[in-house]
Amino acid sequence: MKRSADVVIIGAGVTGAALAYELARRGIHDVMILERRFPCAGATGRCGGGIRQQFTTPHNIRLAMESVKRYEVLSEELGVDIEFIQGGYLILAETREETEALCKAVALQNDLGLPSTLLTPEEAKRVFPLLDETVIVGATYCPTDGHANPFRVVKGYLHRAREHGVSVEKFTQVIGLEVKGERIVEVRTSRGNISPGVVVNAAGAWSREVARMAGVELPNEPVRHEIAITEPVKFFMEVMVISIHNGIYFSQTKEGQIIGGIGDPEERPGYNITSSLKFLRNFARELLRYAPALGQLSVLRQWAGLYDVTPDAQPVLGPTPGLENFIQANGYSGHGFMIAPAVARHLADHIEKGVRSEILDKLSLERFKEEIRGEAFVVG
Amino acid sequence: MDEPIVCRCEEVTVSEVKRAIVEGYDTLEELKRHLRVGMGPCQGRTCLPLLAWILAQETGKSLKEVMVEVSVRPPLIPVPFELWREG
Repeated sequence: MKRSADVVIIGAGVTGAALAYELARRGIHDVMILERRFPCAGATGRCGGGIRQQFTTPHNIRLAMESVKRYEVLSEELGVDIEFIQGGYLILAETREETEALCKAVALQNDLGLPSTLLTPEEAKRVFPLLDETVIVGATYCPTDGHANPFRVVKGYLHRAREHGVSVEKFTQVIGLEVKGERIVEVRTSRGNISPGVVVNAAGAWSREVARMAGVELPNEPVRHEIAITEPVKFFMEVMVISIHNGIYFSQTKEGQIIGGIGDPEERPGYNITSSLKFLRNFARELLRYAPALGQLSVLRQWAGLYDVTPDAQPVLGPTPGLENFIQANGYSGHGFMIAPAVARHLADHIEKGVRSEILDKLSLERFKEEIRGEAFVVG
Repeated sequence: MDEPIVCRCEEVTVSEVKRAIVEGYDTLEELKRHLRVGMGPCQGRTCLPLLAWILAQETGKSLKEVMVEVSVRPPLIPVPFELWREG
């Protein structure tokens, strides 16, 4: 293992992989990714793969729109089929209040150039024919949303990054960050120490612990989210369906499997990622309420991962006040896979040229000193 | 194809597994994610022991060493959604 690097990225999830690739493309090749287990072992490899632009804050919408532009060309650029299916996202609402929230969101999204529209229950059924439209009051749809295979995305990014000389050190845990003055001068790992130029904290749900090693307090909290996948069946749904009523999401992978999950409002912060019967029952009940025809489909496997949740459900990005070479790339609150390709570009530009885009400025750690207005649609 | 198959559900062959190990996917968890081996309807009941054996052979590790940290994910057999709803 090398003993120094211009950029040390902590975490080989989609953020770390995308950033390493974007840096390499800009001519910054002396990059190391340190990964506690192996690429995709954390939230990236456990997520539903959804890529949604229909958010409620301008920053999330902008980052997601930028990201979709990247996902559209990524298979070709990386030389790996990322299984991107751009079949849109259908968002369901069951009450008048929820429909009003969707309405407001669509107005903001349209202002920013996103082609999302409000649908009646009957129109929603035309987008997703298995839908029991009597259950819903309204819906929105954006045809350019979609989903992809997270493993293939990371594989593609890392493959290209390695070609440029980036090294990926798996089973290498960061155990300490030594600070002198306003700099991190040493990254201590389970396999030896590294002298870093810049350190990027892309450790997902463990970012808070990593930041603490440098004396930095992040407001992020890890929250378990459970997910399940079925046996494969003939491809029948291009659209990804979510509901703001109960936080359910589901889609069909290119392999034909239905993959989906549902949030649990009773879930308390913590690092528990065991699977529960409670989740499976809840998911089955809500799924079959919306799409009764899926009842015969068998569940193959369930698992869980950790959202890295911030108080406003928006990521923590960019430089850290008081530490000139420590960059945050975490706090995605369940939306990391959706926006990582865009975030990686903003951060790579920052590392290369020292420029700080408006989004990095607005989403920096400093914002938590002010009043918080956050993302309302925290779903897959 | 007359090549021996390791994972019947996902149709993964011995040479695909060996190639993946050389490429650096040298733990069971990584092989699973890379090749989808063990992710089909049998959930690895048939292929994981075979996979572990090949991995041990190729890396010079003992079976015990390669079998550490293999996640078991419920339900162990495929169960339809409607039964979970009623359960």
